[in-house]
Amino acid sequence: METSGKVLMIDYEKCTGCRLCELVCAVKHDGVSNPMRSRIRIMKWESEGVYIPMSCQQCEDAPCMKGCPVNAISLNTALGRVEIDYDTCIGCRTCVAVCPFGAMSFNTLDRKVFKCDLCDGDPQCVRFCEVNAVSYVDAGDISLKKKKTAAHRLSVAGKEAATLQAAQ
Amino acid sequence: MALDRKIAYVNLTTGDIEIKPIPLSIRKRFLGGRGLDAYLLYNHAPKGVDPMSPDNPLIISAGLLVATCASASARTHVMAKSPLTGLLGSTNMGGFFAPELAWAGFHHLVVTGKAKKPSYLFVHDGTIEILDASDLWGKTTTETQWAIREALGDDEIKSLVIGPAGENLVRFANVMTGIKNSGGRTGMGCVMGAKNLKAVAARGTMDIKIAHPMEALEFNKRFIDQITSAKVNQTQGTLGTPFIWGATNCWGGLRTRNFQYNQLEYADDIEPEHLDEIATETIGPHHMTGCFGCQVHCRAQYRIPSGPYAGRYDEGPEYTSLGAFGAEPGCTSAETVLTGNHLVNQFGMDNLETGSMISWAMELFEEGILSEKDTDGLDLRFGNDAALLEMVERICYRKGWLGDVLADGGIPAAEKIGKGAFDYLIQVKGMNNLHSDERATPALALNIATASRGSDHLRSRPAIDLYHLPEEVLRKIYGTPIPYKGPLSSEHTAYEGKAWMVFWQENCYMAVDCLGICKYHTTFLGATLPNFEDWPKAIYYNTGLEFSPEELWTIAERCNMIERMYNLREGLTRNDLKKGDTLNHRYFDEPCKKGAPDVIGMSIDREKFEKMLNEFYEYKGLDKNGRPKAATLKRLGLEKEPSRLL
Repeated sequence: METSGKVLMIDYEKCTGCRLCELVCAVKHDGVSNPMRSRIRIMKWESEGVYIPMSCQQCEDAPCMKGCPVNAISLNTALGRVEIDYDTCIGCRTCVAVCPFGAMSFNTLDRKVFKCDLCDGDPQCVRFCEVNAVSYVDAGDISLKKKKTAAHRLSVAGKEAATLQAAQ
Repeated sequence: MALDRKIAYVNLTTGDIEIKPIPLSIRKRFLGGRGLDAYLLYNHAPKGVDPMSPDNPLIISAGLLVATCASASARTHVMAKSPLTGLLGSTNMGGFFAPELAWAGFHHLVVTGKAKKPSYLFVHDGTIEILDASDLWGKTTTETQWAIREALGDDEIKSLVIGPAGENLVRFANVMTGIKNSGGRTGMGCVMGAKNLKAVAARGTMDIKIAHPMEALEFNKRFIDQITSAKVNQTQGTLGTPFIWGATNCWGGLRTRNFQYNQLEYADDIEPEHLDEIATETIGPHHMTGCFGCQVHCRAQYRIPSGPYAGRYDEGPEYTSLGAFGAEPGCTSAETVLTGNHLVNQFGMDNLETGSMISWAMELFEEGILSEKDTDGLDLRFGNDAALLEMVERICYRKGWLGDVLADGGIPAAEKIGKGAFDYLIQVKGMNNLHSDERATPALALNIATASRGSDHLRSRPAIDLYHLPEEVLRKIYGTPIPYKGPLSSEHTAYEGKAWMVFWQENCYMAVDCLGICKYHTTFLGATLPNFEDWPKAIYYNTGLEFSPEELWTIAERCNMIERMYNLREGLTRNDLKKGDTLNHRYFDEPCKKGAPDVIGMSIDREKFEKMLNEFYEYKGLDKNGRPKAATLKRLGLEKEPSRLL
């Protein structure tokens, strides 16, 4: 079976806090507008202008999977996601309790746990986010991109230090 | 469903709360948002009611498509009789309050009466509570919002609040949500203050079922692509609304030093690019933010870089703050603009009206109509930054004789000051104008003269008139959905065909205000944005309701007409300088002193202006006095108003 190496990458500095991702997630999955049903949520500190999108990290060694007493949660390597088998799930919410990111939610309307399923490979949050605060990329690329950004910072700092030295 | 959102009637005197469905028959005639608010105001406000009285209904609403797949469907509308103008009070704002109100199950709240003590409403999942706001009284707009979250233990609550200005009954106090989303115009915050209503807090987890979800999602994607591909919106998303500043100032379109000039010199410090640098330095490279669901993200974040408020976080400044604390008072410092913007946001006071009132007072001071005794020793000259900021605070807290007088708004202040002060006031229907100068643009002059809430650029301004678009492009825009064969001119100084453009824009803006969509997503600053052809699709996919573009146009006409009927009932007459569709004599008598060759020396021709106004009345179906003809009322189905169906 082919393995998807793609993951959601969140660059919180780019997030404008508009919450369109929450809207399209709920519409795509449940046909309704209601952020409570969204798999991705924007955590906000409005008084400082800080907005951070939070979603499932699709952990390799997922606590939700480990904690599930009926083995309803499994890793789907083809789609690169942790998924719930609703026929097996007993709704005990252990997964909600153990997820370190708060990414497993409980829907009080349908009385079901739910999480990001990457829209089966075409995540709508990514499709609609024009500023690319959420992107869908190969897992291996993430660290390379971060390396490059960090390297750029070092390079700028180096140049600034050289200019300061020259001015002395 | 959006269509199952309710209306609630809250009486603060008795504590009675009544919740009702909104009949489909009413929706089909007035849609929602501003249009349905206007219907409610016409039906619930007693004729001649004192705006400060408990009987003045305060109407708060979310537009029909709020929180659905219709890009930037985030708008809240607030209406009441205006304590500033004595006519239609009406204000529209973005942010996150309207979606929360819709998720809480409501589209319209009609608040009457007066609470015995400071109170606030908590609207949540189909229910409404009246709670004690004693601990919130005196707090600024953001302090109030955070305190409500703390008190109710929920960080997701979104509140629409007033600050100290609303409590102190400043007649142009605004309502605010978030850091800087303001329902600024016509003093709706003052109405809340008069009702002892500090805030309306909303929290909702109720589904809004989308009629055709997958189609709505795909439509929204195309809608957003169309909106974000417009260059004007890409620029807005980088520099915010200040991007308009540089071009209009260079050209000579800014009301400067009240109305003495039309260009602000030595203003590099407040050019949009410099403000962007400040935002980058104080926040970081990604410093733009936006309203619910919007990909334009036109709002900058910043911290004040220097001065007594250094380090304070805020958002903006909008184009309006650059006028209010820049061009109009003749100030050229970024620190002053950013500080002024912060103060009015915290006080809950309309930036535009505040800056205009102070600039007017500055001209009166320089003309010797106001003395140092009147200003309690303040040297209220143009360009005095410290005096400007001091006056902002004096108005909010009604400090000193002048602070108290200015807080009552332009016309009452002019009456108290006397000595011909009214002649200097750049107002229509009792509300000050934006810092734009319309002497070189007859279309824009007609817009501010006839706007339903007084001098205003967001009711009918054909802003694209300044782009000199080819006539065939204008024909395409202004000939849809209703055919138009009359004249259309690409020349902004022309008078021909402008009345139709203003009439068309009036209907265009009304349509989006009913739907709860932002004006940057229609023909306002960009010529390629969604329009009457697109909105019926947005309505259908999201709600299932079917309208043709022509039907939507007629609804917009109807909603504009009921606003007109309200104003007529409260005293609007064609040529009344204080309550009419006309301009301050300076527009006709004082030519522009500065600017480009197509601006300098320009003033409005009174005769041509009157002809243009006649044409505008004809398009609207009004008689020569500006009153609706019987046939017009019949055509729009308004002959039986007030019908009291809701």
